[in-house]
Amino acid sequence: MSSKLSMDKLSIGCVALPGGSLVYKTGAWRTMRPVFKHATCNGCRACEMVCPEGCVFENPAEKHTIEQGGKKREIANRDYDPDFCKGCGMCAAECPVDDIDMVPEVK
Amino acid sequence: MFKEIRIHGRGGQGSVTAAEVLAKAAFKDGLTSQAFPAFGSERMGAPVRAFCRVSDKPIRTRSEIHAPDYCIVQDPTLLETVNVFEGLKAGGVVILNSEKPEEVKVPAGAVLKAVPGNRIAQEVIGRPIPNMVMVGAFAGTTGLVSLASLKAAVKERFGGKVGDLNAEAAEKAYNAMKEAK
Amino acid sequence: MAREILEGAMAVAHAVARCRPEVVAAYPITPQTHISEELSTIVADGELAAEFVKVESEFGAASVVLGASAAGARAYTATSSQGLMLMAEVLWNLAGMRLPVVLACANRSVSAPLSIWCDHQDAESIRDCGVIQIYAEDAQEACDQHVIAFKVAEDRRVLLPVMVNLDGFLLTHVFEPVELPDQALTDKFLGKYEALYKLDVDNPMSFGCFTEPDKCMEGRWMIHDAALRSLGVIEEVSAAFAKTFGRASGGHLEEYKSKDAETILIAKGSISGTIKDVVDAWREKGRKVGLVRLKTFRPFPRAALLAALKGAKQIGVIEKGGSFGAGGIMTPEIKEVLYDAGLRIPVSGFCVQLGGREIAADGIAEIVERVSKGERQKAYEYFRLKQSLLPDLVP
Repeated sequence: MSSKLSMDKLSIGCVALPGGSLVYKTGAWRTMRPVFKHATCNGCRACEMVCPEGCVFENPAEKHTIEQGGKKREIANRDYDPDFCKGCGMCAAECPVDDIDMVPEVK
Repeated sequence: MFKEIRIHGRGGQGSVTAAEVLAKAAFKDGLTSQAFPAFGSERMGAPVRAFCRVSDKPIRTRSEIHAPDYCIVQDPTLLETVNVFEGLKAGGVVILNSEKPEEVKVPAGAVLKAVPGNRIAQEVIGRPIPNMVMVGAFAGTTGLVSLASLKAAVKERFGGKVGDLNAEAAEKAYNAMKEAK
Repeated sequence: MAREILEGAMAVAHAVARCRPEVVAAYPITPQTHISEELSTIVADGELAAEFVKVESEFGAASVVLGASAAGARAYTATSSQGLMLMAEVLWNLAGMRLPVVLACANRSVSAPLSIWCDHQDAESIRDCGVIQIYAEDAQEACDQHVIAFKVAEDRRVLLPVMVNLDGFLLTHVFEPVELPDQALTDKFLGKYEALYKLDVDNPMSFGCFTEPDKCMEGRWMIHDAALRSLGVIEEVSAAFAKTFGRASGGHLEEYKSKDAETILIAKGSISGTIKDVVDAWREKGRKVGLVRLKTFRPFPRAALLAALKGAKQIGVIEKGGSFGAGGIMTPEIKEVLYDAGLRIPVSGFCVQLGGREIAADGIAEIVERVSKGERQKAYEYFRLKQSLLPDLVP
């Protein structure tokens, strides 16, 4: 007799654990995907903040360089989580320096 | 005569409207019809199904359509995650919005007809919204509803210039499918 | 009047508008929302001279229509499921105060667990309060039964609220051919509402008074008596409706190929359509099956049911609800009717479509097959329960 919760069965009272949305990957709904050009990106993070799915993130392992106020700055690249990105295009719409393109998702 | 049509689309693509327009067109042709969505939480982009029944006798059942005579697939990317052929009757016809139908694995017994729905929609309506194009393609392929009734139903549903353009797009797809036969 | 393809909920909204309610108050809830939204549009567009009162909850909606009806206005609301639960206290008061409000219930499952899909537990859970309940099979009936509802409710022999039940999603969200009741005919059929008593500052009176035990039982019995008397009024109004509008949408029952049937199924609501398809398929194979479809659920039409069922050899009751810890709802009530008449026809009850579980012709056919064998099944069975989903029931 156990009160452990299982993903395959209902539970007493139909209680559920958090994190269920991590299992249901909505990336398959996507028909457009973002391309981060890293040409003008100044690391403002608007894309991260505006993404309704929270799947734009900083990828500090890869960097690009821009010129700002006569100085060179190293900016961490952006990337997106393909498991959950639904291709809504809000990151591209909000990027103040037009560094993101939305392209058709072609497999 | 009793025909069941299942429409596959994504939330926001107008699959329910497609079913509604088909039902209205059939009704104008003097048949009885019924249209409804697979009910549930509706989100933009999520796979959705809509259903349409057409008959010359009263339609009494309201269960979902499990053995369709026809399927309309509005979005080819659905093929990756949804089995649009499920339950299709032997010899059933799938009308697919696609420019590359040769890439689709069609199960034995099913007939696939492709139409470049997004392209026709973009050309005629100016936006890649192909739901009325697909309904036109369906009518041209199957003859289940007449072009005249379909155009009238489209115009009634949308009204104004939008209605006219969608009806024109539906007619273009209708003719394309008729010629292809 | 022509038939047109309409969405069920929209058709109902327009049918209600033609009944000319003077006050409409409603709060949105899936799947009735289109009824209320469309009515608010009809009022806003000036097509119906009514007050549409926006409220903060269904308790508010029911309270507003109670007050409006008590003040002498024809009043209407619509709800489902949780909304109906919020209205419960007011529904008891509507019946007790003998106010002829009409409401639609777009039948939907009741939480918990949470479900937006159709079953009959919402309406059945308030079956005792004196609200008359009728059930539609399709959008046409849902429209017509509203006209019948207003006339029955406002009849001086009844003066009770009437709830028209239509299956959530299965009727509300389906596009099908409907003929809206003609406006002129509806005006003539219903006339104006003339309240028996009403709240009026020039002639003050109190409604729903505090009543001590030496009188309260009689006060309550009058609700029961009116409900029983409404059986005759429903038949009368239904016949008048058929004569005026040409459609048999009223009445207590539909007997579909049941007069000579050995196996009779009983059901209410839209699932009856699928059952009729199965009945036809069986009849083609020479099997004597029929359906008795209940339209009036409260009051319970015992005499009509007895007449329809007494020749059966086996009865299968198909329900979309149940009483947890007991069994079915219609099933025991039908057994009581038969028992009181000295008939021991085996009755088997089946719970289907709880929480909107899809059921198609094959499921109904299985039920018919089992019932027709003659052995009584379980008293009440949750049909095709998925055992593999169940956890340890005692943790």
